[in-house]
Amino acid sequence: MKTSDGYHRVDEEKRDFLKWILSGGLIAFVGSVLYPVLAYLKPPAQGEVEVSSVKVGKLGDIPKDSGQIVKFGSKPVILLRTAAGELRAFSATCTHLDCTVQYRKDLGVIWCACHNGKYDLNGHNISGPPPRPLSAYRVVVQGDEVFVSKES
Amino acid sequence: MNTLLKKLYAWVDERVQLEDLVQFLGKKYVPIHRHSIWYYFGGVSLFLFIIQVVTGILLLLYYKSGEALAFESIQFIMSKVQFGWLIRSIHSWTANLFILTAMIHMFSVYFEKSYRKPREITWLTGMLMFFLALGFGFSGYLLPWNELAFFATKVGTDIAGVVPIIGKPLMVFLRGGQEVTGATLSRFFGFHVAVLPGIFTVLLGVHLILIQRQGMSEPLTDEGGAGQPQKTMPFFPNFLLRDLLLWLIVLNLLAILAVFFPWELGKKADAFASAPAGIKPEWYFLFMFQTLKYIPGKLWAFDGEVFGILLFSVGGILWTLVPFWDRRSQRGERSRLMTYIGIFVIFYIIVLTILGWTA
Repeated sequence: MKTSDGYHRVDEEKRDFLKWILSGGLIAFVGSVLYPVLAYLKPPAQGEVEVSSVKVGKLGDIPKDSGQIVKFGSKPVILLRTAAGELRAFSATCTHLDCTVQYRKDLGVIWCACHNGKYDLNGHNISGPPPRPLSAYRVVVQGDEVFVSKES
Repeated sequence: MNTLLKKLYAWVDERVQLEDLVQFLGKKYVPIHRHSIWYYFGGVSLFLFIIQVVTGILLLLYYKSGEALAFESIQFIMSKVQFGWLIRSIHSWTANLFILTAMIHMFSVYFEKSYRKPREITWLTGMLMFFLALGFGFSGYLLPWNELAFFATKVGTDIAGVVPIIGKPLMVFLRGGQEVTGATLSRFFGFHVAVLPGIFTVLLGVHLILIQRQGMSEPLTDEGGAGQPQKTMPFFPNFLLRDLLLWLIVLNLLAILAVFFPWELGKKADAFASAPAGIKPEWYFLFMFQTLKYIPGKLWAFDGEVFGILLFSVGGILWTLVPFWDRRSQRGERSRLMTYIGIFVIFYIIVLTILGWTA
C-alpha cells in the first residue's frame, strides 16, 4: 500500500497473518513427517496368551530343598520345595533390576546373582538392594501333578 | 612412476588447490612440554575407532541377527571362518581398549583444563562421543546373545526404565517390547551398526576439524606450562610419524591380546534360566554396578536404585558441562578445585572398580 509520501508501508496485520499461516503450515508439515516415524518406533503390543496356570511336573520329581525356574507364559517363576517338603512359588524376576533369581541351598535363601539381593523363603526381601518382596504364586498339587497358578 | 604420481598430483592440484592444504599442514605445530605425552591418546583412540569400523564390517559379513541365529553365527565365525576367531577377538579387545584410551584422553584433557575457552565445543563433542562409545559397548555386548549379555541388557534397560517420567517409554523403546527378547536384539543390532556409527562419525568430524582450526591446547601457564614461547614440533611429519609408530605398537598389542586371551562366547541366552553366579558387567560399568550394590533398597522416599541412577546422571551432566561452570579456567587462572574433583572421581572409579572386580 502506498502512503502519501510515496513509501510502501508494511501492513503489519497482513504480515502477521502470513507468519501464522507459514509457521503453522511448517509445524503441521514437520508433525506429519515425524508422527509416522515416532509411531513406528513404538513396538506394537503383542497378543500375549494370558496364562493362569501351568503344569510343572510330578511331585516325585521335585527334590526337597531345591528350587527351579518354571515358564509361566513369558515370565519366569521360581518353584521352591523346602527341606520340609512344602511347595512355594514366587515370581523369579528380581524386584531390583529385572534379573532372574535362584535358590541358594547353602544359604537357604532366594538369591539374585546380579546385585547380591536376598529374599527369604516367603519371598520377602531381607538383604541387598531389592526394594520389594517377590510376588507369590499359588502351588496346587492334584494327585501327583504339581500346578502353579496366579494368586487369586 | 614418480613422474606419474607428480602428474596425478598436478592434475588434482590444478582443480582443487591442494597447495593450500599442504601449506596448512606444513604450518601445524605441536607444543612440547612435560605433559606432551597425553596428546597421543586422542590419536590412539582414533586409530582404535578405525579398527572397530574395519573389523565390524568384516564381522557383518557373517553375523546373523535374531534369537535363533545370533549365537550360532558367532560360533560359526569363531570356529569355521578362517581367522574369524582373530577378527572377533580383536573387535572385542579393541572395544575395551578404545574405552580405556578415550577415558585417558578425557581425563588428561580435564586435568590440563583444555576444555576452557575457546575449546568448549571440542570438549562437548568429545564427551558425546564418549557416551556413544559406552552405547556402542552396551549394544555390541548383546549381539552374541549369550547369557551374560542377556542379563546385562535386562539390568541396563531396566535402569533406563527407572528414570522418572520418560523411563518406561524409553525402556520399551530400547527393548522393542516389555521384555528383553529377539526384538531387543534386532534393535541393538540396528543401533550398533547404523545409528551410533552415523552420529559418531559426524561428531568425530566436528571434533577433528576443531582441533585443526584451533590447534593443540597448551597447559595453563602456572600449571606446568613454561609460559614463555613454547618449544614445538612440526605436526607433519615429526608428530605424525610418532603417532604412526604408537599405532603400530597398539596394533601389535591387540594381536597379542587376541591370540593369547581370545574372547569367550559363553553360554547361549535362556530367558528361563537364573542369572549365573558371579555375573558382572564390563569393567567400565563396574564402578556404577558396585555402587548400586551398596545402596539399600529404600532411601527415604526413593527406591535405592532411583537414587543411585539419578546420582550418576547428575554427575555425568555436571562433568560434561564443566567448561561452563569452571569459571577460573575460563579466565586462564589456575583451578585447583577442578583438579581435586578430578582426582576424587578417578579415585572413586578405581576403588569401586577394584571392589567390584574382587567381589
